[in-house]
Amino acid sequence: MKDANVKEKIQRLLISNAVPIIFVLLSAVAIPLSGFTPQYLIQEMMTRVARNSFLVLSLLIPILAGMGLNFGMVLGAMAGQIGLILISDWSVSGLPGMLLAALIATPIAVFLGWICGTVLNRAKGREMVTSYILGFFINGLYQLAVLYGMGKLIPIRKAELVLSRGYGIRNAINLQGIRHCLDDLIPLKIGDMSVPLATYLVIAAFCLFILWFQRTKLGQDMRAIGQDMAVADSAGIPVERTRIIAIIISTVLACYGQIIFLQNIGTMNTYNSHDQAGMFAIAALLIGGATVARATIGNVFLGVVLFHLMFVVSPMAGKQLIGQAQLGEYFRVFVSYGIIAISLALHAWKRQKDRERARRSLRGQAA
Amino acid sequence: MNDKLRSFIEAAGWPRVIIGLFLLSLFVAAPFVGVRVDTSLSDTLVRVGMNGVMVLALVPMVQSGCGLNFGLPLGIIAGLVGAVTSIEMDVRGLPGFLVAMAIAIALAVVLGYAYGLLLNRVKGDEMMIATYVGFSSVALMCMAWLLLPYKSPNMIWGYGGSGLRTTISVQGYWLKVLSDFMSFNVGPYFYFPTGMFLFFALMCFLMWAFFKTKTGTAMTAVGSNPEFARACGIDVDRMRIVSVVLSTVFGAIGILVYQQSFGFIQLYMGPFYMAFPAVAAILLGGASVNKASLLNVIVGTFLFQGILTMTPSVINSIMQTDMSEVIRIIVSNGMILYALTRKVQVKR
Repeated sequence: MKDANVKEKIQRLLISNAVPIIFVLLSAVAIPLSGFTPQYLIQEMMTRVARNSFLVLSLLIPILAGMGLNFGMVLGAMAGQIGLILISDWSVSGLPGMLLAALIATPIAVFLGWICGTVLNRAKGREMVTSYILGFFINGLYQLAVLYGMGKLIPIRKAELVLSRGYGIRNAINLQGIRHCLDDLIPLKIGDMSVPLATYLVIAAFCLFILWFQRTKLGQDMRAIGQDMAVADSAGIPVERTRIIAIIISTVLACYGQIIFLQNIGTMNTYNSHDQAGMFAIAALLIGGATVARATIGNVFLGVVLFHLMFVVSPMAGKQLIGQAQLGEYFRVFVSYGIIAISLALHAWKRQKDRERARRSLRGQAA
Repeated sequence: MNDKLRSFIEAAGWPRVIIGLFLLSLFVAAPFVGVRVDTSLSDTLVRVGMNGVMVLALVPMVQSGCGLNFGLPLGIIAGLVGAVTSIEMDVRGLPGFLVAMAIAIALAVVLGYAYGLLLNRVKGDEMMIATYVGFSSVALMCMAWLLLPYKSPNMIWGYGGSGLRTTISVQGYWLKVLSDFMSFNVGPYFYFPTGMFLFFALMCFLMWAFFKTKTGTAMTAVGSNPEFARACGIDVDRMRIVSVVLSTVFGAIGILVYQQSFGFIQLYMGPFYMAFPAVAAILLGGASVNKASLLNVIVGTFLFQGILTMTPSVINSIMQTDMSEVIRIIVSNGMILYALTRKVQVKR
């Protein structure tokens, strides 16, 4: 009896951590194949964790509120990019520029988050697919604003930002002014490796914020809603309002996350950067072992490290193995999408099983 | 008269009326900005024929309660494999097209069955998972296109000598085998692809006839009330699998019809977003997440493709800018969004 229990426990542990385990194994095979030095990989991971964690962390709060993965985080990313376009036009550089971008982007992100929350309240039970499509829809409006509005309705003075036809923003924007301004704020070198200390401090502060937030009244309300909307409602929690707040927070944080991400990259891909932000953040979170209903800060960091390890290693591994780097490139696209598909499916399957088990338990011992 | 108008608008739904009027105004405005109406109409009809079957493919899954098939790329991939294999076998003309179709259908049945098994385990979350099943299968096939041992010099990269090209011409094989069957021209500008429309009509008829059979009725019952269907002794899971297989098969046929008219097979990331226009079209035609009819398919495809054809030419001539892509994004995703948020409202 006891043996069976232990076996079951191990089984359950393996199943619930299946995704990270698979990725650890995959990396264990791919790293030696790629031929990268450990030092290079550590430096690379250090940069990438600093670059991406904030975006991934922004997904946590909607999960707490039971709204699933917030595919609508691209809305926040778009808001951040609008802020960045404007400060590049005004030539405000360095940390003040970054802060100003965040300041401009915040009201836009709040507004977009409010729209997203309102829409999602009308699509309860299919938040994810709705927020996903909403991302596309707002992307259309974003393109309308940036490609046609800027330079026409919104004055843009710098010629190097504007397309040659006189309006619309160019495909790629050089963010030289704010490049690495947060990363290099507190210079720290360990051996040959530079550590973006200030970025880590911001991320740490944000982790503390999330931990604190979960203990506040609002955080507890969200958790209650995440567990059962009807019960929360009868307990007097304003369900719809709280859900909107959860999405607004997530959108604003995604906006800051995108600004941090782009200050590290240094160039902005006006019409694509935000799309990728959403997909990579979600894939990373899921690889870290999070599910649609439960995600912790640990999942975030584990996920970012594992996902980006694969990201760096797989093209080289593909080249060494088959002689085509392109293959590794496709492999990594496949893995990002495949992992989202598998984790979503596993979660839905588990939920269905749980429901069946709950129904069976009502029938009593007879069966 | 007023009552009649009101009841018509109610039956058709506001979005369709608005889009319909918008399309009509585009057609009216066309001659004034130097765009020929007959050319535009012909283009619209050709596009309707090209995309119709793919839109039709969404019907079974909606009817069986599996939601909108965002996993359509899976069926499309089956069609692509059929297409490249038929070229590899060097069968030309109509036989080539039929060979492509046979291979595509066989593969689609297998893929659709597996896909159906998966969707049965994730009831309630089908749409999100379907999206990512579609995406990941496209990405998987990207690797496969590089590695599969196809040899025909018309399809592989000139250098290196392996791996399929991103676009493959079907010229000389089965370009327009359906479209040009009994096609006719009116004046120099209007071309009507009769064969393609006959084929589309045949597909619609098959779908209609299917829903009149016992299986088809059972499928609709599963979609409208699964508990009731189960109580009637219908195997719910089996019906759902049948609907998914059917949808995947129609998707595969749909892409072949598309390619024979378009003239090119688009591999790699080509099929990536192909589910979205189809979904937008059927929703524009008045389907909801859990109910769709053939009328929705035909009306929706015409409206959607009409807007796609007309906006670039007309709007661009009026405003001197190329806004069609942005308009397309906003209209199609706005439509999907509207459908996703609508059902709850009705329930209340």
